[in-house]
Amino acid sequence: MLKLDGVTKVYRIGAFGGQTMTAVDEAGFEIKPGEVVSLIGESGSGKSTIGKMVLRLLPPTSGTISIDGRDVREIGKRDYYRKVQGVFQDPFSSYNPVFKADRVFTMIREVYFKGVPDKEWTAKIEAALDAVRLSPGAVLNKFPHQLSGGQLQRLLIARALLLDIEYLVADEIISMLDASTRIDVLNLLADLKQRGLGVLFITHDLALGNYISERTVVLHKGRIVEYGPTDAVFEQPEHAYTRKLLASVPQLHTKWEDAS
Amino acid sequence: MTLEVDDLRVYYRTLKGDVQALDGVSFGLRDGEILGLAGESGCGKTTLGKALIRLDGRMKHVGGSVTLDGQVLPIGEDAKMNPYRFKQVSLIPQYSMSAMNPTRKIGRMVRELLESRREKLDLDELHQRLELVELPKDVLGKYPIELSGGMKQRMVMVISTLLNPSLLIADEITSALDVSTQKAVVTTLKGFRDRGFVKSMIFITHDISLTNQLADTIMVMYAGKLAEKAPASTVVNAPKHPYTQLLISSLPEVGVRYADKRLTGIPGNPPSLLKPEPGCRFRARCPLAFEKCAEDPPPVEVEKDHVVACWKAA
Repeated sequence: MLKLDGVTKVYRIGAFGGQTMTAVDEAGFEIKPGEVVSLIGESGSGKSTIGKMVLRLLPPTSGTISIDGRDVREIGKRDYYRKVQGVFQDPFSSYNPVFKADRVFTMIREVYFKGVPDKEWTAKIEAALDAVRLSPGAVLNKFPHQLSGGQLQRLLIARALLLDIEYLVADEIISMLDASTRIDVLNLLADLKQRGLGVLFITHDLALGNYISERTVVLHKGRIVEYGPTDAVFEQPEHAYTRKLLASVPQLHTKWEDAS
Repeated sequence: MTLEVDDLRVYYRTLKGDVQALDGVSFGLRDGEILGLAGESGCGKTTLGKALIRLDGRMKHVGGSVTLDGQVLPIGEDAKMNPYRFKQVSLIPQYSMSAMNPTRKIGRMVRELLESRREKLDLDELHQRLELVELPKDVLGKYPIELSGGMKQRMVMVISTLLNPSLLIADEITSALDVSTQKAVVTTLKGFRDRGFVKSMIFITHDISLTNQLADTIMVMYAGKLAEKAPASTVVNAPKHPYTQLLISSLPEVGVRYADKRLTGIPGNPPSLLKPEPGCRFRARCPLAFEKCAEDPPPVEVEKDHVVACWKAA
């Protein structure tokens, strides 16, 4: 279980860091294996900061993040990233355009699987690609610009799967994809939870969060304003901010005028 | 009719040949009508929006005509379009955060902009419009950097519509905004139309649920061609083109859960527009495709105001 307890992040801003801004204020929630937790908030609410702290790209100012009861700061980064990986918003800037896209796999091999023979490694890649429903012929040995956004995002998920990860931080991974392909990436995430993967799904789109997650965390200005099972949050929101957010979502079959 | 677009073709020049980004699109826009233009990336929706106001250096007007209020727009000629821009056709850019001149106070920038069009600034009118979008009068004495993102967006909306254009083009203006700001922007745009600041509007977005909140008519494009055009409620509730049907059914709504109802996407990718094969461009991904789809389906009016380009729907 990945657990955040009283996590706070204060950024120093202004010239010489003279002022401070609290981006995340005493956030606490947990992700169980095989569960998708969606983290919903508007821009500036601190949702990506939480994602970055879980990925240890930023240290929290105070509070602890623990995995199975062990503080993550006690775990070496090399071991930690075997368990926790992230995929980010923009698939086109996640790759180095000079190299072929499958270099992301080679880099994993150099760090974690040095001694693995070629044959075994190829089988491993094929299994990972199969899990994200990509055919090896279509994506291997290609440059990033030759692949579509959906393929690139899936390739990054496959890269994470090579490590037998336990938790995945998905930060707005489908907001740059087209409507007809994004739902497939979303379904893929939902299928991965059957393998026991815990997913932190960061999004600003309530409909997407509602579609795949078991539990929902609503963030507003760095504070958690609502936290609970997705059904409860969406059907009986307790906080005024959640209600306002839900009322602003454009719904396909209802117009705003009719709803109010 | 405010706007009549007839068989418009705009290609992009590339080293490999012409990319047929807009390939024979025809439609009309009535007075006071808001047209929502929806489609995936690369379908030609932005190309269409740009073709109506300014072709950039890579774009080439290959054929077809655009008529606005009875006048044919010289869209292929950059200099000749100038008298129409801002006065008759206006644009709200996508990144309004960086659309204003950072070295001028906003009031001075607006005045200079109007002078360049040989128009006088009506300060009372400007103040009224600022009030309408809930901006204080003193923003005119500020630099753009002093405004928040939402304030800049509203300021740009006021500037774009100041000369009461016949046609306003809004290209993906909400894609970088939060849901609550999105709602405010869409409501303001509707208010502009209702007060007669703009006669008609083309609202370009990839988000069909949002388009439906605003538009009277929705036009769905696919790979440079018109797929379907109908009143907004018809597109959402009873679409006839297989692409629109699949697109609508792949959208998750609040209340739909993966556990209860598994939505599916559309397999495959849109075709390359470099040398597209003749015939329906959705053919390769279409579950209903048959032999006749090798011929180009013409857009047919199946019901009043409902145009579909599909052999199966006609």
